[in-house]
Amino acid sequence: MTPEYYLLLSALLFSIGAVGVLVRRNAIVVFMCIELMLNSVNLSLVTFARIEGTLDGQVMAFFVMVVAAAEVVVGLAIIMSIFRTRRSASIDDTNLLKY
Amino acid sequence: MFGAQVTALSPPSVDYTAILPVLIVLGAAAVGVLLEAFVPRNLRWSVQVTVSLVALAGAGIALGAYVPGAPAQGVTTMVDTLAIDAPALFLWGTLLALAFAALLFIAERTVEPGGAFVSQAALRGAAGGGGSVTTGVPGTAGGRAGAAPADGTRGMQTEVFPLTLFALGGMMTFVAANDLLTMFIALEVLSLPLYLMCGLARRRRLLSQESAVKYFLLGAFASAFFLYGVALLYGYAGSVRLGDIATAAAGSDRSDTLLFAGFGLLVVGLLFKGSVGPFHAWTPDVYQGAPTSVTGFMAACTKVAAFGAMLRVLYVGFEGTSWEWRGVLWAVAIVSMAVGAVLGLTQRDVKRMIAYSSIAHAGFLVIGVMTLSDSGLAATMFYLLAYGFTTLAAFAVVSLVRDADGEATDLSSWAGLAKRSPLIAGVFTFLLFALAGIPLTSGFVGKFVVFSAALGEGLAPLVVLALVFSAVAAFFYLRVVVVMYLTEPAAGGASVTVPGAFTTITIAAGTIVTLLLGIYPGFALEWAGAGGFAF
Repeated sequence: MTPEYYLLLSALLFSIGAVGVLVRRNAIVVFMCIELMLNSVNLSLVTFARIEGTLDGQVMAFFVMVVAAAEVVVGLAIIMSIFRTRRSASIDDTNLLKY
Repeated sequence: MFGAQVTALSPPSVDYTAILPVLIVLGAAAVGVLLEAFVPRNLRWSVQVTVSLVALAGAGIALGAYVPGAPAQGVTTMVDTLAIDAPALFLWGTLLALAFAALLFIAERTVEPGGAFVSQAALRGAAGGGGSVTTGVPGTAGGRAGAAPADGTRGMQTEVFPLTLFALGGMMTFVAANDLLTMFIALEVLSLPLYLMCGLARRRRLLSQESAVKYFLLGAFASAFFLYGVALLYGYAGSVRLGDIATAAAGSDRSDTLLFAGFGLLVVGLLFKGSVGPFHAWTPDVYQGAPTSVTGFMAACTKVAAFGAMLRVLYVGFEGTSWEWRGVLWAVAIVSMAVGAVLGLTQRDVKRMIAYSSIAHAGFLVIGVMTLSDSGLAATMFYLLAYGFTTLAAFAVVSLVRDADGEATDLSSWAGLAKRSPLIAGVFTFLLFALAGIPLTSGFVGKFVVFSAALGEGLAPLVVLALVFSAVAAFFYLRVVVVMYLTEPAAGGASVTVPGAFTTITIAAGTIVTLLLGIYPGFALEWAGAGGFAF
């Protein structure tokens, strides 16, 4: 088993997530891309834990999952409240604040 | 393979007296959530305000009791995840003082009927006309008091108080975090309540919610970068403790790619929180859209927390590799000052203008952080204290200037304000002078100590640029002064609402601290320079 492949996969997933945040237009999809980034980091953490032979990385992955869950709660609440007011979850429509 | 290794787990030792301020703040936040569920609606405001203010005062007393007997080189506790040293104690004191003033500002509900977080904006007439709590508010005592149900619609939604305390607890942990995992958790604990607080306004709801969505999506994006940086540094050093990373970087037969990629991603996350340079895109929108009291809290306290953490990461974890990354921070500082000063010139909205001013100030602070010297550390922390109080008081003044639609933040409606309200115009002028760095204000002393520390470390070209951009930025501060004093009042322009006791205290405290630190900065500088980081 070569752990490096997992690191590359994790970097790839992180990049896909980052590109998704930049190009997608629906707030929910943007948010899912951010979740993808967080989970790709989990893959890195677990792989590094395997390379180092310590458990720290795996414990950190659990912390990240908890944080991601809390972030989902807050994020969906905010997106839902703006959807109720505007009837749209597109981030192109949120353009009142500029310049 | 695991069976042979089972040993009794011993609980980690916790230095409770050292971390008592954080425990009090987070404990009061948890109590606040319970109060929200169990206290009757008409009592909630007074109970929540009392609990929050008492908790902050208690945390301040606990901090004050701990400081005189604290070991000079600091202690680490909770298995070395928290370092309570001289900088952490100074920043805790700063955060608690700023949060106390900001909380009074948030709790204000006489300037706007029911406060910025009133439960239903549509019933503002009822809130203004029907309640004993909001008597004396001009222009809002509509004839709808009888039309609206009297109970349950008056007064403000009080979730904002526990949220503020949670955010504050996260900030205090953030500046004391001695390993990167703790720092990440603290980053989220401080950010998540702030995202919600930005969207809590009931009037101008669309702007407020838009700012919350923008802050949330960009903030979560930035914290993902921070986290990937943490993971790469863990892969580099085999540990996320800042001291271990520094040790690993010193004896380097490891992959530099991991070290510098990790460092870069980590710093992007921190710079985003501090609204620095190219990572500032959220700042003007969020500052403008969020309720002004929340903006004040965010502008003052988040900046202290972000730069406090940045100081610790760079001083403890990456001092040995500074020659590799200093060039990058040079560029960041220049971009930040240029963006803040130049784009600030074009702003017509006062809240947006202060936001761009905060970006320029973030550039000055990066210069202080880059010095990596003891004098630079003390100077940066002094700057944070001074800037926090000035900007909080400035936002409190902005919240008072109103017209029929609410806050009048457009610069044109501020014309001739000095003729209608000389006192408020004078206070705001003084605060703008402090932001510009005119002598006899704390802003001048802050800039002076930061720039002289930077000169001592050979950052002279950067200091020259900083002085140029300070002069550019002074132009847009002075433009507001000119509008207030030298133009004729426009018909239908803004007027100044008489502030309630809470906002008055916030403005007075901010102004007095600004003046005091400008005339007699010695005691604060002395405390800021009390010692270095423990790790």
